[in-house]
Amino acid sequence: MQQIINFLIRNKTFLLYILLLSISLVFTIQSHSYHKSRFINSANFLSGGIYNSTNNISEYFNLKTQNTILQEENNNLRMLIHNGEKQNDSIQITYIDSTSFGIAYKFTPALVIKNSYSATDNILLLNKGERDSIKEDFGVITPKGILGIIDQTSKKFSTVISILNTNSRISAKLKHTNHFGSLIWNGKSPYTVQLKEIPKIAPVTQGDTITTSGLSAIFPKGIPIGTVTDFSLDNAENYYTINVKLFNDMTNIEHVYIIENKDKNEINNLLNPTDE
Amino acid sequence: MNNLISGHTLRFVILVLLQALILNHINFLGYINPYLYILFIALYPIKNNRFLFLFLSFLLGLFVDIFSDSGGIHAAAALTAAYTRPIILKFSFGAAYEHQTIRFNTIEFGALLVYLITLTLIHHLVVFSLEVFNIKNILLILKKTLFSSIFTIILTVLTIIIFSRKR
Repeated sequence: MQQIINFLIRNKTFLLYILLLSISLVFTIQSHSYHKSRFINSANFLSGGIYNSTNNISEYFNLKTQNTILQEENNNLRMLIHNGEKQNDSIQITYIDSTSFGIAYKFTPALVIKNSYSATDNILLLNKGERDSIKEDFGVITPKGILGIIDQTSKKFSTVISILNTNSRISAKLKHTNHFGSLIWNGKSPYTVQLKEIPKIAPVTQGDTITTSGLSAIFPKGIPIGTVTDFSLDNAENYYTINVKLFNDMTNIEHVYIIENKDKNEINNLLNPTDE
Repeated sequence: MNNLISGHTLRFVILVLLQALILNHINFLGYINPYLYILFIALYPIKNNRFLFLFLSFLLGLFVDIFSDSGGIHAAAALTAAYTRPIILKFSFGAAYEHQTIRFNTIEFGALLVYLITLTLIHHLVVFSLEVFNIKNILLILKKTLFSSIFTIILTVLTIIIFSRKR
């Protein structure tokens, strides 16, 4: 017993080091698995508040570009209203209109108060939280494309797993056909993401548009994501791996929309009848 | 003594805020960010309570983690840097460290540079290994470590020169 105590006293700094290191490793491993970073996230009172107040100042610096982006979006929506039924096919697929989905999807505007795109697992912070009835697994889109999926929420803030995150998997498809695959990121360039598991039979060409598939009950069908820059067959030669150039500039994001799918619980219950 | 404690507390807070609000968003050439907060670990008094020092470093890293949503990578890296600091001190200052006579204001520049470079490399290697978290991407880890280290070292040296009183 005496020897054990002596050992503990002699190596106390090393033991403290091991203890604290294992705590931080647990946090790290949690942050690398999907939807598990319960304790360490920026959607809390302190860091959320600080980011919010600094963003109040810094948002003035790119008002001009953000205004242009929003005006472009308004322009597209206006075109949709006034040309309504005539050009339905070409426009409605590219630009979403919440009314065309009935009440299935509810949109909430939000501001990005912390952007991040240089790490391999990027997480963003939004200024809307539980108070605005934002919950886990809601989709987030920008005026030009998709952004990610809500992860953690606090009263006033929420974090988003960006599509620029190696853990993120979003169902996407070719715009012209219904061949779908999952959208992932290899951690390299913030302007391109990868679309995997598109079957070999699909007619892929350079410049094709990739949109969301609407199969995941998170995003509605047909939200534009990007265009095909190049593609190759995987090792087994059964599936394409496609590099997709994103429509939205992930390094400059301010105004976003959070999408709630009202039918999500019903869909999930139907798909997974085991968890009752 | 009181002055010393309040000075270090102030440095702690300022470095965390600086890191979270400015330095994490530099993204030079797309992905290069300096991690200036290790200045707290580098300039912590030599004669210290190691228990407290390890704990403070852990806390420093954890705060940076909370702000940058990175799990526990900065906590682990700051902790490792703090734990290995005595070895690095011995390696870069030799006899002066043995006799506990180092003052960061008065030591020669070359030794200081060696000390900062070693500390930064160790810290950054842990940060990027845990961030990428995939041994397949070892080249990406080394690339990020190298470039970010250069940026951090330049910034730390500049900060030390600007804020040192007598030189």
